[in-house]
Amino acid sequence: MDVVLFYLFGAVTVGASLAVIGQRSPLRSVLWLIASFLGLSGLYVLLDSPFTAVTQIIVYAGAIMVLFLFVVMLVNRPREEALADHARNGLLAKGPRRSAAALAVAFLALVGWAIARTPERPIIAEAAVADHVSSVAQIGRELFTTHGFAFEVTSVLILVAMVGAVVLAKRVL
Amino acid sequence: MPSLNHFLLLSGVLFAIGTTGVFLRRNVITMLLSIEIMLNAVNLTFVAVGRTLGSVEGQIIAFFVMAVAAAEAAVGLAIVIQLFRQRETLNPDAFTSLKW
Repeated sequence: MDVVLFYLFGAVTVGASLAVIGQRSPLRSVLWLIASFLGLSGLYVLLDSPFTAVTQIIVYAGAIMVLFLFVVMLVNRPREEALADHARNGLLAKGPRRSAAALAVAFLALVGWAIARTPERPIIAEAAVADHVSSVAQIGRELFTTHGFAFEVTSVLILVAMVGAVVLAKRVL
Repeated sequence: MPSLNHFLLLSGVLFAIGTTGVFLRRNVITMLLSIEIMLNAVNLTFVAVGRTLGSVEGQIIAFFVMAVAAAEAAVGLAIVIQLFRQRETLNPDAFTSLKW
């Protein structure tokens, strides 16, 4: 059952991600990316991480993607400009597209080779481990004790980003 | 239950898709979206490894990555808006003032 769900959510995530980079309209890209995030959050549930799954939906699909949608509609460029002459002939023509395709294939080959060499590592389905990992109380305790400093630094980072965004988006820079 | 290797391979595929997107698309917004795909691929790795080791640290790192991604999106999109005001286009080939 879990394996079937893994392949289902994995196919949704990969397919939606391909759709994000596979077409020209940025609006559709954003909507496909939301679909990809939904698949990912299903995978997080499979990994006994409901907190991360919910955060994924609320923060990523809810907040960040709305920000992107907002900007896409603000700049109102429904399609990206077509490439001039040379790179028209798809992935095999000379140019950045061919380099990108070659890079992706090389990266996949590298990762696939490395993982194929790694011994299969099962994920323990034991109830005690699953309970420990999925406990929100445990995450909160670790986050505010062991990682308290990192948490505070993150809040400063977000403050800086907020001020930076406001300054950058001013009409006169 | 699928093994850790399944999750790692899936995350590698997602990361490759994100990298391809950055190079393939000529639209600054879609490039930022591709970066989000890569961040999510890494998040999946963290959560999967954390689950395998039976610890919540993976999820905590994923949480921090999400916070950083939010900050990055806010600043990145502000830069996109400012670039659009200067050049009236989203094509990264138009922003070559720093090239020589």
